[in-house]
Amino acid sequence: MIEGTDLTGIRHGIRFYVGNECHTLADVAPTRTLLDWLREDRGLTGTKEGCNEGDCGACTVLVVRLEGDRLVWRAVNACIQFVSMLDGAQVLTIEDMRAPDGSLHPVQQAMVDQHGSQCGFCTPGFVMSMVAGRKADGLAQDEHAIDDMLAGNLCRCTGYAPIVRAMRQAMQAGPDHFDAMAGEIADRLRALCDGATVECDGPAGRLTIPASADALAQAMMADPDARIVAGATDVGLWVTKGMRNLPHVVAIGQVPDLRRIECDGDGVYLGAAVTWQEARAALADILPQPDTEIIRRIGSVQVRNSGTVCGNIANGSPIGDGPPVLIAAGAKLHLRRGDARRVIALEDFFIDYGRQDRAPGEFVEGVSIPRPGAETVVRAWKVSKRFDQDISAILGAFSLTFAPDGAIASARVAFGGMAATPRRATRTEAALEGHMWDETTLAAARQAIMDDFAPITDMRASDWYRRTVAANLLTRLYADCGPESARADISVRAACANAGGHAHG
Amino acid sequence: MADGNGFANASPTAGDGIVPGGASGSLRHESAAMHVQGSAAYIDDLPEPRGTLHLVPGLSTRAHARILSMDLEAVRQVDGVVGVYTAADIPGDNQISPVGKGDEPLLATTEVSFYGQPMFVVAATTRGAARRAVRLAKVEYEDLPAILNVAEARAAGSPLVWRPMEMKRGDVEAGLGHAPRRLSGRVIVGGQEHFYLEGQVALARPGEEGEMHVTSSTQHPTETQHMVAHVLDRPANLVTVEVRRMGGGFGGKETQANACACLAALVADRTGRAAKMRLDRDDDMTMTGKRHDFVIDYDVGFTDEGQIVAVDMVLAARCGWSADLSGPVIDRALFHADNAYFYPDVRLRSEPLRTNTQSNTAYRGFGGPQGVVAAERVIEEIAFATGLDPLEVRQRNVYGTHDRNVTPYNMVVEDSITAELLPELARRCHYVKRRQACRAFNVDSPYLRRGIAITPVKFGISFTATHYNQAGALVHVYTDGSVQVNHGGTEMGQGLHTKMVQVAMRELGLGTDQVRITATTTGKVPNTSATAASSGADLNGMAVLDAVRRIKRRLVEFAAAHWNVGEDEVRFAPDGVHVGHRVIAFAHLTRQAYFARVSMSANGFYKTPKISWNGDTGQGRPFYYFAYGAACSEVVIDLLTGEMKIDRVDILHDAGQSLNPALDIGQIEGGFVQGAGWLTCEELVWDKAGRLRTHAPSTYKIPACSDRPWVFNVELLENAPNREYTIFRSKAVGEPPFVHGVSVLQAVSDALASLDGYRTCPRLDAPATPEMILRVAERMRHGNPPA
Repeated sequence: MIEGTDLTGIRHGIRFYVGNECHTLADVAPTRTLLDWLREDRGLTGTKEGCNEGDCGACTVLVVRLEGDRLVWRAVNACIQFVSMLDGAQVLTIEDMRAPDGSLHPVQQAMVDQHGSQCGFCTPGFVMSMVAGRKADGLAQDEHAIDDMLAGNLCRCTGYAPIVRAMRQAMQAGPDHFDAMAGEIADRLRALCDGATVECDGPAGRLTIPASADALAQAMMADPDARIVAGATDVGLWVTKGMRNLPHVVAIGQVPDLRRIECDGDGVYLGAAVTWQEARAALADILPQPDTEIIRRIGSVQVRNSGTVCGNIANGSPIGDGPPVLIAAGAKLHLRRGDARRVIALEDFFIDYGRQDRAPGEFVEGVSIPRPGAETVVRAWKVSKRFDQDISAILGAFSLTFAPDGAIASARVAFGGMAATPRRATRTEAALEGHMWDETTLAAARQAIMDDFAPITDMRASDWYRRTVAANLLTRLYADCGPESARADISVRAACANAGGHAHG
Repeated sequence: MADGNGFANASPTAGDGIVPGGASGSLRHESAAMHVQGSAAYIDDLPEPRGTLHLVPGLSTRAHARILSMDLEAVRQVDGVVGVYTAADIPGDNQISPVGKGDEPLLATTEVSFYGQPMFVVAATTRGAARRAVRLAKVEYEDLPAILNVAEARAAGSPLVWRPMEMKRGDVEAGLGHAPRRLSGRVIVGGQEHFYLEGQVALARPGEEGEMHVTSSTQHPTETQHMVAHVLDRPANLVTVEVRRMGGGFGGKETQANACACLAALVADRTGRAAKMRLDRDDDMTMTGKRHDFVIDYDVGFTDEGQIVAVDMVLAARCGWSADLSGPVIDRALFHADNAYFYPDVRLRSEPLRTNTQSNTAYRGFGGPQGVVAAERVIEEIAFATGLDPLEVRQRNVYGTHDRNVTPYNMVVEDSITAELLPELARRCHYVKRRQACRAFNVDSPYLRRGIAITPVKFGISFTATHYNQAGALVHVYTDGSVQVNHGGTEMGQGLHTKMVQVAMRELGLGTDQVRITATTTGKVPNTSATAASSGADLNGMAVLDAVRRIKRRLVEFAAAHWNVGEDEVRFAPDGVHVGHRVIAFAHLTRQAYFARVSMSANGFYKTPKISWNGDTGQGRPFYYFAYGAACSEVVIDLLTGEMKIDRVDILHDAGQSLNPALDIGQIEGGFVQGAGWLTCEELVWDKAGRLRTHAPSTYKIPACSDRPWVFNVELLENAPNREYTIFRSKAVGEPPFVHGVSVLQAVSDALASLDGYRTCPRLDAPATPEMILRVAERMRHGNPPA
């Protein structure tokens, strides 16, 4: 029954390639991680475990998928990627990087040439991110593109300088052996596409891969306790760190009608299986802010390649970076239970810590974000100990709509890290609305925000810091889009960028 | 720039006995090609012997408590669990203090002394089963008062883990009393997690009649061997410890590898099965020691011209629950509390305080960097007090070579080059012009401020425990002319093995394909020292050289006799062995030598000359020489959030006659970023219960790629052979560059000082996280520390 589908059109096994070998698994534990499976079951030990939580990138592998007629190459963290999510995929590991003739991949050669490895433990992960980076569409040929590409890989030895030099060299190199194999890979992946729903029931748990949103709705009505997993960038840690047992996993990452991105004059709709990386361009289009820094700073390439916008909402985390930005932008959440659908304001989804407005059997089907008008400015800033791949101490998001006379007609202000849920700053909004955007209004808003939130002290920041920075982000907003006379430079990175873009080190 | 022979630029010209890629050339890391293919094997990658058990430690969840009961029944019941072991199962000594203090039980018995202390170990057929099982232990505790930091330890009169050290020269009271100017203050310097990418891991395999083979990710195989032997109660000759490579060490595997190795050996001994312990990252960070954090109080007298007259300092450190290496670490902080500066009258005192936290341990620099932070704070204070450029104050206080050249520990500095290095770096990086530009920028920038600073480093090279300054090597030449090199040092990424190969290549005129390095094992070279204190290449390089030269000597004697030429007519060159007019292949020589019954295996030995140190009298010469360097950092900070970016860094560093410029530059770049991380984004946070809250990379933030300086110029000091006779006149390069990170802290401080027109010293403590920077900014603006 594994190879094909049964009489009801259900397939009882998953199929994917690792290198040139096709694997068919009928009873893999639904939460078995790709990393453990590669290392322990397959003996492929080139992929390393550094943290087992998706932060260090030592376990980076490539997941290649056929989307339409083209192959899409994604670097992901194998430690928090479940094998059960890989149905229909081509996985490539460091063991596959050498060309069939035994020569090193251009990235590998560059890393050797530039002394890019010291202890070597992080190196396979870097190589995989760099190989994937070369395949990215419209890769900018600058240092900042490299920084972004490698933000999800930690190195403790080199200080990154030789790795960046290696990437510069690799960017100039010619095609790799995968380019010659593209047709072959596409053919083999096409042969795996049967549009079937997958059901596996093994000793370690049950796996459902619905073929459509309707099938998902049915599955959730039948088992409201089933755990929906899209990219597993959060659920993965429940398993690898929390040692939680998930008896029934419903993997939705590849459900076609949940992967829709619709972009029109009114705004953007993102299906529940759209990843942050996929949504980046669409969101950049309607949330204009220089270089979409806020999305670039959500996780890392590996995390954004797996993690979905809707998963970031549905898990109800108080520290997710997506919700405050989307709340400020006026996003609506699309929920579905069976055939019943409802649409709510995103902020209303978050009831309290760990509690969301979602009935048993109900699931997030998508999120829509309205396109702001010409009179609206949207800004969001994340503040954390480290610029890249950190959890926000504070994230402030602002949407101000100006009346023709220059007064603030409406304000939406939302914060993450300031309360048990992502929340709007209603007093601050009131202090802004109906007023001219001037020093007096700024002062009132700064005062009001102190009443909006009573943040906590934790390892990321003190309550003092959170309150102070929350108010200061209003000042930053003023310096960025207040009156001309108030404008000033606000980004340490932009201030360094002129020199940095042409580093001669 | 790279050619096909495995070496890049900066290799010396071939010919005249110098081998391309041999010592002084930029040979690539010996494992580079394997690293990039994922085929370099770390311990967890090795094939597991049949029936290997996987171990997970059970850690305490109290900072200080009596253990009333430990119910492990539920743990034992989990499917796949083979056994659960406690201190009662240890056949030998339940003790792994690396300094013989007897204060570090391998497994807790009646009391736990920090949150994260191992109490038992679970062995299961899979790692997953062991991890699930360990959580089911039911432990009853009776809480005892817990002391978590320096302030609490002082308030409680907590005992010291080691004798306090006092270094004294001249009359500090009189010096301070007579000084025209005087000020005092305090600097707090945070700790640091090593975050080696490969966590702690050991695989123990039982052998015949009590033999135990342990593959351990350890920087100190000999000590690991001793610990395993003591724990199992058997002689050292039954225990072999081996390590091919580590995925990073940084000091974190000098003593901290012992626990995993001993627990794996314990279970292997009890069960007769191979046993592997690979710590989960959170367990690793919760359990193992880190860099010491310090509270340093200083009192300094100086002249109106910024010249130091007297310095009095007390350096207090959070040592954790046991001594571990805290004694020598704190001592080294004192040894470097002068950095590169002459203190005419001086007294330095240490307080190694016991606390109920992880036992802090060796970490790159070994206390030295903390001492340097204090020295540079003193310089900065004087600069603000006198209105001088801090660089000027540094210049006025650097060690001389003929006078003003005696350290607080009464060692004469013979090789100081700081007086030349500082102005040279300032010239190369246009410091003066850029400093003016920073100040001009700050005048009309409301939210962003720029700062710039130059700091020097003078780092003492040698273990201060004199007996550690010895090394051994074992070199085999096989009849086919291939060479195997083994030595007591360990490879953790620093390129030590590459340098050792280069030494043999240069001596024998061979290429990389003819010289192979093998795993470090106590079975080949015994009684070794830790690969630590930057000493790896200095000590082992000389031992390898000794071994190679012994074999070479025999080959020369043989060749001279065999081909009837003078011994001075035998020369080992890249094109072969020159014997009189003949040039013969090395393999031909070795084959002939074998038939003539010449031994082609030799051990080598080295002990560092000239050094001696008596900690009780504070007299002697603890260091063979000093390594020098200077760094200039420029940063931008944000006054609204405290965010910071390092814009540009220039480093000029003294590696002597570098053994391998590419590897040395790698050490400098990597050391700098690690040092900058320590002083900026890396923050360890414990909660009130003594639980480390930053126990994973999600909460503990080491620098990422984009945190590196975007302009990053690193140069080795040219034409600077070591004045002392070291391996090919090179200098140690592991730790000294770490100290360059101090320039970032000083540059951030310079940016903050703009807030009051550079009138007062910002007294910025470390780590300078965004919150720390914002707090100081608020204080500078409003005069009060924020609530």
